[in-house]
Amino acid sequence: MIINFLFASIKAGTPLLFGTTGEIVTEKSGNLNLGVEGMMFMGAFMSFYTAYHTGNLWMALFAAFAIGIFAALIYAFLTVTLMANQNVCGLTLTIFGTGFAKFFGEAMINDAGGSPKLSDTLMAAFSEKKIPLLGDIPVLGKLFFSHNPLVYLAIIIAIICTIYMIKTRAGLNMRAVGENPAAADAAGINVTLVKYFHILLGGGICALGGAYLSLINGGGIWNNSSVVNGQGWISVALVIFASWNPAKAIFGSLIFGAFSVLQFYVPKNIIVIPNAFYVMLPFLITTLVLIVTSMRKSKEGSQPAGCGNNYFREER
Amino acid sequence: MENKTKETMAIELKQITKTFGSVVANNRIDLSVKQGEILALLGENGSGKTTLMNMLSGIYKPDSGSILINGQLVTINSPEDSIRLGVGMIHQHFKLVEALSATDNIILGAKEKGIFLNKVRAEKISEISKRFGLNIDPEKKIYQMSVSEKQTVEILKVLYRKADILILDEPTAVLTPQETKRLFEILNLMKKEGCAVIIITHKLNEVLEISDRVTILRKGESVATVTTANTDTQELTELMVGRPVELSIDHPETYFEENLLEIHHLTVSDEENFETIKDISFDLNRGEILGVAGIAGSGQKELCEAIAGLLPVKKGAILYHNENLVGKSPNEIIKMGISMSFIPEDRLGMGLAASMGMVENMLLKKYNEGKSPFISKKAARELAKRLVKQLDIVTPSVDTPVRRLSGGNVQKVLLGREIESEPNVLITAYAVRGLDINSSYTIYDSLNEQKKKGVGILFIGEDLDVMLELCDRIMVLCHGKVTGIVDTKNTSKEQLGLLMTGASAKKGETK
Repeated sequence: MIINFLFASIKAGTPLLFGTTGEIVTEKSGNLNLGVEGMMFMGAFMSFYTAYHTGNLWMALFAAFAIGIFAALIYAFLTVTLMANQNVCGLTLTIFGTGFAKFFGEAMINDAGGSPKLSDTLMAAFSEKKIPLLGDIPVLGKLFFSHNPLVYLAIIIAIICTIYMIKTRAGLNMRAVGENPAAADAAGINVTLVKYFHILLGGGICALGGAYLSLINGGGIWNNSSVVNGQGWISVALVIFASWNPAKAIFGSLIFGAFSVLQFYVPKNIIVIPNAFYVMLPFLITTLVLIVTSMRKSKEGSQPAGCGNNYFREER
Repeated sequence: MENKTKETMAIELKQITKTFGSVVANNRIDLSVKQGEILALLGENGSGKTTLMNMLSGIYKPDSGSILINGQLVTINSPEDSIRLGVGMIHQHFKLVEALSATDNIILGAKEKGIFLNKVRAEKISEISKRFGLNIDPEKKIYQMSVSEKQTVEILKVLYRKADILILDEPTAVLTPQETKRLFEILNLMKKEGCAVIIITHKLNEVLEISDRVTILRKGESVATVTTANTDTQELTELMVGRPVELSIDHPETYFEENLLEIHHLTVSDEENFETIKDISFDLNRGEILGVAGIAGSGQKELCEAIAGLLPVKKGAILYHNENLVGKSPNEIIKMGISMSFIPEDRLGMGLAASMGMVENMLLKKYNEGKSPFISKKAARELAKRLVKQLDIVTPSVDTPVRRLSGGNVQKVLLGREIESEPNVLITAYAVRGLDINSSYTIYDSLNEQKKKGVGILFIGEDLDVMLELCDRIMVLCHGKVTGIVDTKNTSKEQLGLLMTGASAKKGETK
């Protein structure tokens, strides 16, 4: 039972991990993109649409990644090039992305004459599989080595991003741009290029989270109303919880995944709490996390100093 | 580079012009520096020194004119280009990333091979630091560093890129005399290695000490270049201001025998319960200017804020005419005639609202006077106009946002407003920070005016030479403690410098 609960937590936490990693990459380069929810929505639709028509899992993931880059490009152009307010642009992107997915989702439903459903062969391609040998280890095998491929993808991306940020020259440049673009500029770093690259990369990763939601959590059926449903916002909060470190986000997303599936694993006959409470739980915890983390004062684990501000070299 | 003769010009600027909108910041400026030479760039505020240097470092692009580096005509489009050409600039406000370590900041953006950050770089840094005698903990984070350590990192950053042209924008403004001396030693060492150095500073004695030649800018034009050995303070000032200037600060004697402010065992701690001021006691008399000296961040700001009622006091008392100010609101304290003008590093941080005009800023201290729910701008407008006249404030109109005024004029607006409120105690912090000679003297004069009227002035300052002339007594702070209160009549700059580094506390042990 507990193993099943943890297994489900990992499953539920994966889309959050995509979203959080993507947003960390974006914020570390100095841009607060509140459009995660929207980018996830767009990724969810594009991947489902592609999967529905081509029947290819990798094409579907690629389509999600591409639409995420496209969505982030809108944001990057507005904030980096035109220097528009980051909060407003991010919120607008969320509204746009949600509308985009629902509009075309509706069209897809009409075309299919009912809820569109993915083929069984495709569903099998991203179903849970045991890794030979490792998957046979008792307890651990079930917990760590019997997931669908996207779970591993999310964790690998998070680890690569962590190494990239801390250990590489390009990662150092990116952190410098996020902390103090004027200093980075004076050091000869192309601030605009660094920002564009990481906003786009972050957008692509966020959209993969959307793909996970529609392909796996959705059970192969497109549901217009409840695909993303606030997961993007939780991802934004998780960034703070993980103190801008993707490796920590792996555990953060696990915890939040656990909260979102808790209702199915609490014995109903012993503890009687209304279902609505469980649905509310992740958001309630998010609020608490934000309160607690805002009291933290260390410089290393806090928001990049330049995050949220646009940079203009000749500003006096 | 070594085999070139000494006569090769490291930098030659010809007829450089740069305009911002309708303001001509630089007008046909010529300037040249040889290899192995230190050139001082001198000029009043707004004379275009920083703008000119920013064109060399790639922050701005010139509208017209040409730049030659080592005899080659070049175009500098970005800081990247500038670094490639061997130009290293140390900006007045350091361009360092606070959250990163010294090493990370030094190697930042350097064009090197390899994807990963490795140990070789750290070795290279320690090799350079040994060669120039620069001591720095490579793993220390910038935000934990003192100002002089930060400057060392900036210098290392430039050396790491093998820059042979070094530009320093007011490097000594925040250093103690001892630290300044060490900086000059480093610069002389670099000069011996064949580097060309341009140094911007307001302090004439430093110009005479360190430079080989001096180029003087006035109102965006290069008016003269002189050899340092053949000039003196008087000539430099005249060239800079454009007319002869009296260079001594008045020191009127006053004869009030009354304590205005008594501070007893004042202790203030910050949010993390770190004591920023530890057990300070002193008093301020009528008609006295009490200087407060100390390395930046020794508790000056906290002291001001505690007296003005902006910071909670942990222990101790602040007595004003035997009434304790501790626990009173800032508004009550202002009404009692205690006025504060704090000029922070960014000048607009405290005291003025940047996007408002002078008139509105005058109102900030008076908005709650009168009974009508509407504010009357008439009196404020008159006051603003009077200040413009009295203090020679250069502004298109009294309604222009103060953000658009130059630093010196912003300071005059702030100080003028505080003086106009006819306080009994005036607290000014860094009143002349970054101001040129002319504006500085206007401010010294108005402070002396107040002193003669019997106002007690707490003058938190940086330039020890000025403080020794202007103040009656100087209190020295170090790490939030008072290391000494001295009479300016029989104190030297060196003594103050020693007190600033906390020497008095250790005296008992070492001697």
